[in-house]
Amino acid sequence: MTTNAYVPDGPTQLEMFRKMALLKANDERSRKVITTGRLVMPYYSYRGQEAIPSALAVNLKDTDYLCTIYRGIHDMLAKGLPLKALWAEIAGRVDGTCKGKGGPMHLTDVERGVMVTTGIVGASMPIANGLAWATQLRGEDRVTVATFGDGASNIGAFHESLNLAAVWKLPVIFLCQNNRYGEHTKYAKATGAARIADRAISYGITGVRVDGNDPVALYAVFAEAVARARAGEGPTLIEAMTFRFHGHVFGDKGGYIPAEEMAEAIANDPYPRFRAKLVADGIATEEELAAIEAGFEADLDEAVEYALASPFPGLEEVTTDVYGAAA
Amino acid sequence: MSETQGQTQAKQITVLEAYKAALMDAMTDDDQVIVLGEDIADPEEGGVVGVTRGLSSKFGELRVRTTPIAEEAIIGASVGAALVGFKPVAEIMLMNFTTVAMDMIVNHAAKLRYMSGGQTHVPLVIRTMTGGGMSTGGQHSDYYEAWFAHTPGMKVVCPSTTEDAYGLLRSAIDDPDPVLIIENLPIYWTKGPAPTPGTRVPLGKAKVVVPGTDVTIVSYSRTALESLGALKAIAEAGISAEVIDLRTVSPWDQETVLASVEKTGRLLIAHEAVVPFGAGAEIAAVVQEKLFGKLKAPVKRIGAPFNPVPFSKPLEAAHVTDAAKIAAATIALVKGN
Repeated sequence: MTTNAYVPDGPTQLEMFRKMALLKANDERSRKVITTGRLVMPYYSYRGQEAIPSALAVNLKDTDYLCTIYRGIHDMLAKGLPLKALWAEIAGRVDGTCKGKGGPMHLTDVERGVMVTTGIVGASMPIANGLAWATQLRGEDRVTVATFGDGASNIGAFHESLNLAAVWKLPVIFLCQNNRYGEHTKYAKATGAARIADRAISYGITGVRVDGNDPVALYAVFAEAVARARAGEGPTLIEAMTFRFHGHVFGDKGGYIPAEEMAEAIANDPYPRFRAKLVADGIATEEELAAIEAGFEADLDEAVEYALASPFPGLEEVTTDVYGAAA
Repeated sequence: MSETQGQTQAKQITVLEAYKAALMDAMTDDDQVIVLGEDIADPEEGGVVGVTRGLSSKFGELRVRTTPIAEEAIIGASVGAALVGFKPVAEIMLMNFTTVAMDMIVNHAAKLRYMSGGQTHVPLVIRTMTGGGMSTGGQHSDYYEAWFAHTPGMKVVCPSTTEDAYGLLRSAIDDPDPVLIIENLPIYWTKGPAPTPGTRVPLGKAKVVVPGTDVTIVSYSRTALESLGALKAIAEAGISAEVIDLRTVSPWDQETVLASVEKTGRLLIAHEAVVPFGAGAEIAAVVQEKLFGKLKAPVKRIGAPFNPVPFSKPLEAAHVTDAAKIAAATIALVKGN
């Protein structure tokens, strides 16, 4: 796997863990709340993929832009989207980031740079290019990240976007979270290239494959790509190898995933692996990590109750925000 | 209305020059206006018909940017830049090519204001050209305005004159939401009064081009000019027709159309697109709903038959809605046969 000069220090590693703990707890709580019938929503679990956005986020500023997808709540939480606003949104309540009109697949939080969440495979990338073009036009120090899954690398938008970003030398990072399945279909059955990172070669840009369950390795790859973008040296395609521990969407039991493959993936769970490493390296004690985890459980208790107590939007919202007031 | 002030000018320009002037003036007035599309910068000759010629030399190739032939990437980049305050004017060379970018237009540009609860919006203009009559066949001349008019969040504009080309494009660039401008290819080189710089023609406002008493003809784009061309034959049949150029297909000017049909009692809707499920169906439905008891005849629609645009010249001519067909349909509507 890739190595370079970027090594996260102890506090940065702890910050990555903190984000991973938040994401894992949030996913577990989401599935629990749906299972108990307190909320009804389409939910795309990201359990198993927590290391990727956590390592990304510690390399980004609030002002950097993110375009993510329906399986993207981990991406936006890591970027800083507040729990209460998230939960109110996925509950369809007026206190959500989008007044409950976006829902789990279409969250936007401009304040934290979460500019677009799309339910259309591949669509995060063409829009990310436009945000990056805006940055280029204004001479700003801002990076745009488009995240997507392995399935999206087979759709036209991926290829059109990488090519445009290459010829325009845009400050953008294309982050593929390769969880080995596009919906129900195995990677190799849908994807001609052995490695998605290799597709970068076709566009004359840098492509890197990295262990998506290793926050330290991810940190190094993201730091380099962010530095490249900030230096005006163009886009990077990153393929982070990972796995999702649940079906495509909540309710899908994932029967198409062989039991041994799932067992191997769970044995490679990034969360306990990184947690043990921090203790072994003396970066944090078991008690400190347990306190972080307990803190997020309490935050989630509060966020869920806040969301469920928030009112639904008024029915006038059905027809509001279709058009703005003409100039 | 300010839009008529330009008519005092003696100078004549083409419709194509009017679009170009609107872009030039908008970019001069506002540095957030940016332009992108295939072949549009001056090293690529400023567009295949030259609407954008001169822009990149004046404003630079970062603001006036030639793109790869990749319509989804073009509209995606426009959406992204628009989300953070730019006013992109994207050129999709031909209307049929908008189909390649439908996800970005329909699922993203049109909906992001709504889905974000008003946090973001997409002040994007998409210019595209189309139209039968130049033997460009089944994939280069379709009118798909009804597809976009059927999409909440979109506005659809179809200019037919120099002043509307200029004034509607300026209003579209000012507008905070995505606007599709459908430019008719065969009329690019027709001439009309040079618009007064800075003039706006409001979106959603139709124009009564010729007043009349017996029948209302509602049309837009090139077909509005064909409707005017039909007036001589209609008058010779002893009929007084009122011609309305809708100018904006969505949102369409119900007030002007309903007032006219209330007066005449008869309505013919003429467009170049195929008739079934076309814009004419929506107008007809609203008119019969609001004016049922006041109509002297059933509302009539005329447009292309339900087939792809053919290549062969006589077949293409049979497909396109021209003045002769509009005259015949109008006379039949009024005479009751």
